[in-house]
Amino acid sequence: MDLSVINPILLLAALMSAATPILLAATGELVVERAGVLNLGVEGMMIVGAIAGFIVAVNTGSPALGFIGAAAGGAVLSLLFVFLTQVALANQVASGLGLTLFGLGLSALMGQSYVGVKPPRMADLDLGPLSDIPVLGRILFSHDAMVYIGLLIVLGVWAGLKFTRAGLVLRAVGENHDAAHALGYKVKRIRTLAILFGGACAGMGGAYISLIRVPQWTEGMTAGVGWIALALVVFASWKPWRVLLGAYLFGGITQLQLNLQGAGVAIPVEYLAMSPYIVTIIVLVILSADKSRAPGSLGRIFHASH
Amino acid sequence: MTALLDLSGVTKAYPGVVANDNVSLTIQPGEVHALLGENGAGKSTLVKMIYGLVKPDAGQMSLNGAGYAPADPRAARAAGIGMVFQHFSLFDALTVAENIALGMENAPPMRQLAAQIKAVSETYGLPLAPHRLVGDLSAGERQRVEIIRCLLQEPKLLIMDEPTSVLTPQEVEILFKTLRKLSAEGTAILYISHKLEEIRSLCDAATILRLGKVVGHCIPRDTSAAEMAEMMVGSALKPPQKAAGPVGDVLLELRGLSLPPASAFGMPLRDISVSVRAGEVLGIGGVAGNGQDELLSALSGEAQVPAATVFLKGADVGRLGPNARRVAGLLTAPEERLGHAAAPDMSLTENAMLTGAARQGLERNGLLNWGAARSFANQIIADFDVRTPGPGNAARSLSGGNLQKFVIGREILQRPEVLVVNQPTWGVDASAAAAIRQALLDLAEHGAAVIVISQDLDELMEISDNFAALNEGRLSAVRPAAGLTVAEIGQMMGGAHGMEVAHV
Repeated sequence: MDLSVINPILLLAALMSAATPILLAATGELVVERAGVLNLGVEGMMIVGAIAGFIVAVNTGSPALGFIGAAAGGAVLSLLFVFLTQVALANQVASGLGLTLFGLGLSALMGQSYVGVKPPRMADLDLGPLSDIPVLGRILFSHDAMVYIGLLIVLGVWAGLKFTRAGLVLRAVGENHDAAHALGYKVKRIRTLAILFGGACAGMGGAYISLIRVPQWTEGMTAGVGWIALALVVFASWKPWRVLLGAYLFGGITQLQLNLQGAGVAIPVEYLAMSPYIVTIIVLVILSADKSRAPGSLGRIFHASH
Repeated sequence: MTALLDLSGVTKAYPGVVANDNVSLTIQPGEVHALLGENGAGKSTLVKMIYGLVKPDAGQMSLNGAGYAPADPRAARAAGIGMVFQHFSLFDALTVAENIALGMENAPPMRQLAAQIKAVSETYGLPLAPHRLVGDLSAGERQRVEIIRCLLQEPKLLIMDEPTSVLTPQEVEILFKTLRKLSAEGTAILYISHKLEEIRSLCDAATILRLGKVVGHCIPRDTSAAEMAEMMVGSALKPPQKAAGPVGDVLLELRGLSLPPASAFGMPLRDISVSVRAGEVLGIGGVAGNGQDELLSALSGEAQVPAATVFLKGADVGRLGPNARRVAGLLTAPEERLGHAAAPDMSLTENAMLTGAARQGLERNGLLNWGAARSFANQIIADFDVRTPGPGNAARSLSGGNLQKFVIGREILQRPEVLVVNQPTWGVDASAAAAIRQALLDLAEHGAAVIVISQDLDELMEISDNFAALNEGRLSAVRPAAGLTVAEIGQMMGGAHGMEVAHV
């Protein structure tokens, strides 16, 4: 065992990158759930985003266009969920599970001729002198643009929910859709927009895996990240900053346990592999012991009976 | 003078029922206009059309002489119409200020809005803290949020749907002072209520609906409550007859019952001691949310209570579950009909089976006797005049009043020794309510002890032998119902909850 092979600076730097797919997907799902919709199709939207972004990036040579394509791919798939749950008033749990299964199959079909292809690489953002700060520069300011866009989305979601009228209306719809309808708010329209936003975020999260983390295309490559993002939203008590904390915690411990495996620590690999899940859940469960609770209309079907 | 609001020939039909048939109505500026009618008479549909939630099939509406056809509630609010809902349209997890902002077209920034809320609430004697969570407020305070939400829009017409059902008598008096002041300032009020004495003291004019049609107009001050009730129902009502039956042994006793709240927005029960005798009807009043639901669940066995706190005929039943208590003779009927007292998507036969299995012998060795359950359901339907095509229909398909008759009848026909009911006539029209009250009195006359938890004080005074009030989870001392004054009852219910009379 040789712990000295672990470089703490590189470890911390890798944490931000490792956490980004979960962070994007969970932030999108947070908005969806605050609007009162439970979309269990995150995994499906991520994998479709991963292949859609991969195809666009390979064919255009631009990773940036790839991420836009990934957002569009995730959003288009989420339209299917919109149709099922907001138009046909189908059960949200069943529809979400169906969306994940459908997304896994669809992505495999789309990606058939892309196995083994290398995507264009996304350059790290040049932050000039900031990147040259010792230690901090390497940890915080030497990443690709998507890491920062992810953080901006969290900031935007937090501020939007807390300070804007649109955010207030969205929370009201999620809290009590009958009352929001009685006040004259368009429950279905607001929920549709929230679901599309969630789909776009999940799609970008998926593309971060296929374009930057791995970078290649293999079937089922999101490997359950969407489910972790879903759990993260609940354990984070539907609060954006706690989602960020949970995503970083999860990403950090994932990196740490990989490093520990590399260093040959005398703990069975299975324990190391399960450690990110256990630690993240414990910390967020402790945090969620306050009064916060789920949005009142979460998962309930809205039917305007008036 | 042009009328503020004028409806002529308004008609709205739903599949199978005409909710409003050629209704005409005129409201003058500053007038307090009552809308009367039984359940299903079409009052809610009519005000929903005025508030833009429903579009009429035919007929004209005009506001201040100009045509008025609101596409949605926002348009109605912009035109100067505000509405205080019967079932509060509030958001528990949001603050008072956020709730109010949601009901406004152009809400100012939060800090400014909080100041406005404080100003208006003090002017009208309705104190409210803008940053509190609505889920933590009492029913009376929640109503203030709705009223202030409307007042901030400076409406020309304020629609109030059953506003006093959740208030103590003192709160009602203060609400009326606020409404009279608004009316004096020129705001018209369209007031819906079942409480005829309130309408007589508050309203300038009344329109009476029956089965969707206007059946009469009257000046409430010059009309007796009995005459108005007759116009609503279409026939004279018989008040329940109470026999002063002999009072027997103590059947149910609570000794120092305390219970922590089941949810974050619940109310704990604090040290409740009371006893009920055979043949006695104990009325328990109080504003909603003061422990009524918790008391019922402690008595039904849904909530686990400490040993030696609930005694049935001297035996400790505190640790027994609902079915064991049913077998012992303690039956309950909770307030929420759909989802608590009855399973909405199950048939009436299945619902009869759910609580009746043990006492009616509908089950043997774990096997269900559906034939007996069906005849039990048929008996309930026949004895309590439940209007439904048959026992195979889902509970959800019944109207509120009919389902209420079914769930109360189901418990009464099991010959309980102690029956506890919560809001037995809530949302039930006058004739059905009278039938339910009579059935409860008959049950007591045959030697059962009956506890009626209700927010309708008139009902409690009509049928109770003794009266107590729940306030903040505590039960007041029990007093004989005969001779209690409204002021005394109000004090027992906890007074006016910090309200004060309008200052201007």
